[in-house]
Amino acid sequence: MATRRAFLKNSGVAMFGIGASPVWLERAVASTRSKKILVTIFQRGAADGLNIVVPHGEKAYYAGRPGIAIGKPGSGENAALELDGFFGLHPSLKALKPIFDEKKLAIVEACGSPDATRSHFDAQDYMESGTPGVKATRDGWLNRTLGKGGERSPVRAVSMGPMLARTLRGTEPAVALNSVKDFQVRDKMAGEEFMSRYAASADTQLKGTGKETFEAIRLLESLRKTEYAPAGGAVYPNGRLGQSLKQIAQMIKADVGLEVAFADLGGWDHHVNELPVLSNMLREFGDSLAAFYQDLGARMEDVVVTTMSEFGRTARENGSRGTDHGHANVMFAMGGGVKGGKVLGKWPGLEREQLYEGRDLAVTTDFRDVLGEIVTGHLGQKELSRVFPGFTAKGSVGLI
Amino acid sequence: MRNKICLALVVALLPLGVDAAAKFKQKLSKDQQVEHVLSRLSFGARPGDAERVEKMGVRKWIEQQLNPETIVESTALEAKLQLMPTLKLSTEQLAVRYPTPQMLVAVAMGRAKMPEDPELRATYERLSERYKARIDRKKDKKENEEEEEVAKKGIEDRLKRRLGSMTTEQRAEALRTIAPQQAVAAELTEAKLYRAVLSERQLNEVLVDFWFNHFNVFLDKGADKWLTTSYERDAIRPYVLGKFGDMVKATAQSPAMLFYLDNWTSIAEDKRKRGPGKGKARGLNENYARELMELHTLGVDGGYTQKDVQEVARCFTGWTIEEPNRGGQFRFVGKVHDQGEKTVLGVKIPAGGGIEDGMKVIEILIAHPSTAKFVSRKLAQRFVADEPPQELVDRMAATYSKSGGDLKAVMRTMLESREFLSAGAYKAKMKSPLEMVAGALRATGATLTNTMPAAQAIATMGQPLYRKAEPTGYSNNGEEWLNSAGLLARINFAVSLSENKMAGVKIDADRYSAMAKNMGAPEWQRR
Repeated sequence: MATRRAFLKNSGVAMFGIGASPVWLERAVASTRSKKILVTIFQRGAADGLNIVVPHGEKAYYAGRPGIAIGKPGSGENAALELDGFFGLHPSLKALKPIFDEKKLAIVEACGSPDATRSHFDAQDYMESGTPGVKATRDGWLNRTLGKGGERSPVRAVSMGPMLARTLRGTEPAVALNSVKDFQVRDKMAGEEFMSRYAASADTQLKGTGKETFEAIRLLESLRKTEYAPAGGAVYPNGRLGQSLKQIAQMIKADVGLEVAFADLGGWDHHVNELPVLSNMLREFGDSLAAFYQDLGARMEDVVVTTMSEFGRTARENGSRGTDHGHANVMFAMGGGVKGGKVLGKWPGLEREQLYEGRDLAVTTDFRDVLGEIVTGHLGQKELSRVFPGFTAKGSVGLI
Repeated sequence: MRNKICLALVVALLPLGVDAAAKFKQKLSKDQQVEHVLSRLSFGARPGDAERVEKMGVRKWIEQQLNPETIVESTALEAKLQLMPTLKLSTEQLAVRYPTPQMLVAVAMGRAKMPEDPELRATYERLSERYKARIDRKKDKKENEEEEEVAKKGIEDRLKRRLGSMTTEQRAEALRTIAPQQAVAAELTEAKLYRAVLSERQLNEVLVDFWFNHFNVFLDKGADKWLTTSYERDAIRPYVLGKFGDMVKATAQSPAMLFYLDNWTSIAEDKRKRGPGKGKARGLNENYARELMELHTLGVDGGYTQKDVQEVARCFTGWTIEEPNRGGQFRFVGKVHDQGEKTVLGVKIPAGGGIEDGMKVIEILIAHPSTAKFVSRKLAQRFVADEPPQELVDRMAATYSKSGGDLKAVMRTMLESREFLSAGAYKAKMKSPLEMVAGALRATGATLTNTMPAAQAIATMGQPLYRKAEPTGYSNNGEEWLNSAGLLARINFAVSLSENKMAGVKIDADRYSAMAKNMGAPEWQRR
């Protein structure tokens, strides 16, 4: 079982309770205004990468999945959308195709962890801590990308949803947020009172979380007052991911000092009758990403969105028209700085002897190589050994 | 390189470790002991509880809670449970009286019989008409889907608001005719909160919550919507202070678990082509086999391999459900079972064992030392501290092994330990959202007429009841609940409780308003 103690929060951020200077806030926010932003999306449950980016050029793909393969491009209504003559996109991801064609979306195949676990919990833990095989790591890699010290926005790191994602736990303050609109104490007087009670608490963990919360409430106040209207005709799907991305876009455009954001979407564990469920989920997934891209418009130049899932699924379908736990998976990166329009990574093949343990897509690119390139190339965080301790990059993926 | 990191971490943790170890030796005062046992063995103290426990003596009170059958149950609770008829029905009865969409379609198509009872018959007729109309509309216009979605959502929201202001009784009546299916989930959720707040057998309720979460199923996964009521009642509740092995067996054969982790679809590889028609081609499914070892018994580092997962899956082929969409029961189907020889964790299971293969697997797993440790550590994490002392876990594991997995004996070892009543355990854990809300309702002596709004508050804090989609269940590590979204939800709950603004809940404002508000403060978040 993983050790997850909470953190004594970094006290580099000046304590600011009632009567804190709005000038302080202005400065902190201004200092991050033109900064690069990273949005990470976790597909929890081990998404079936082989049916998301379809290796239609592989005979073994069709041989191993007689009941659940996605048809070759041009083979009818539910056929894959051609990408490069070998790979195709699942048809439910059609909203992402134009972004790939504009070369703003890159796909990296056969990514994963050097750790062999097929446990959802452990694999997610490793992918969020950034230290495969090491359970004792207390903080997450996304928190470690944050620079230390100086004046920082209280919402520089945001985790969408009712829980703070493992990957954002750590010494730097990070906020979990259900909804921007409801992010307030309903009774203003009570809010002030609670703020001082948390500030005075001898419980360092609760005191730290209280401080982060009340600072973020103050900063997001102006956003709560107006209804957010996405730009560029973007329509976000109603599901959790769409609504998370919509609010992340809102915070980016409001220049509140956001640097990294995390959103997740569960339900990718398709052991049974995979096709209809995957199709629906991918539509929400693709439409959400596309809406975000559209909404941000030119601002997308400063943003990279990356997607990951803890491991892939068996190359062959199982006995229930689904797939069981596998190994390598596919990752997406979308944004202005991405060298897109390509399917990157070394493809290991799907013939039995090419498979990992005779059953799963083999890992040819460490997930930290992909994230590392984004962290250094996009965020400009050069201390990769701090973000991924014990890891040495194996050369360029060609993403940024 | 990896060794270096580990070393650095060990060094960093060392001073903390020594400090923590000393705290688990430090005794609590009498008052602290009373406060502590009430905060751990119950969902929180009610007014007057501390005095009662003090009078009885801490040890005696613990022993009483370990024997819930000796405690007279609250009549107020029994009256509430009486309002919710679904709690007592079998899954087959639920499927008929609270028809599922599949059931309605089956009746509409003449594949199932229309019920005899005239009132039920009327409901069936009305609802299956609605289904037919919906199917026709769908065929007609796909382009209006979005509008329809919005309209549907509007209706649902209105319904939700209306239901929110009703009493449990009114809601039960309303749902029975409008949306019977929803009544099953609503009553299960409401009952959980009524029990947490009102039951005199508090430890029993805490343990039902703990073990349900250990053997988690997800209420919103298909047939589990109407299989979960029986699951908690028949596969979890009877065993929480009994033999662990009995609970594993009961969950393994429960339709809810068979459906949730897909084992009901798993058949022998060589039987693949025998199913009628191409669409029915089926074979092995590893899902249950893996989680049985990783999450229910051995633990992820308990010493099993991928090969063991496959072998265990083979042993459980043919463990299925008779018509899950109609609330069917467990059934073993010998003809799709893998009859070959298997080897599980080095133990040979001879060919031709049939249903006994799965039973044998369970015997191997529950007797395994990894299971003794895994179960003990998890209990200690819930009742003692997020990082429970290893010495205590070892003693609990020894009791587990010696007693053949007797959970009452394991609990007794833990609750009578020095570590449990120590400064290391005292107020060491963050309350889960359920503990926070149920505890607040108990402490303020709240009168409850509908517990759905409270359940909604718990969901906003991050713990929707019966709705953890992943088989891991919610974390037992209290610190996972520590974040800004959760904190804010806790504060807002306390504010609306103190102002009597929460539907279905009423407190005596003169006496308890200030206390209720205080529940948003840091001091209230730990137990």
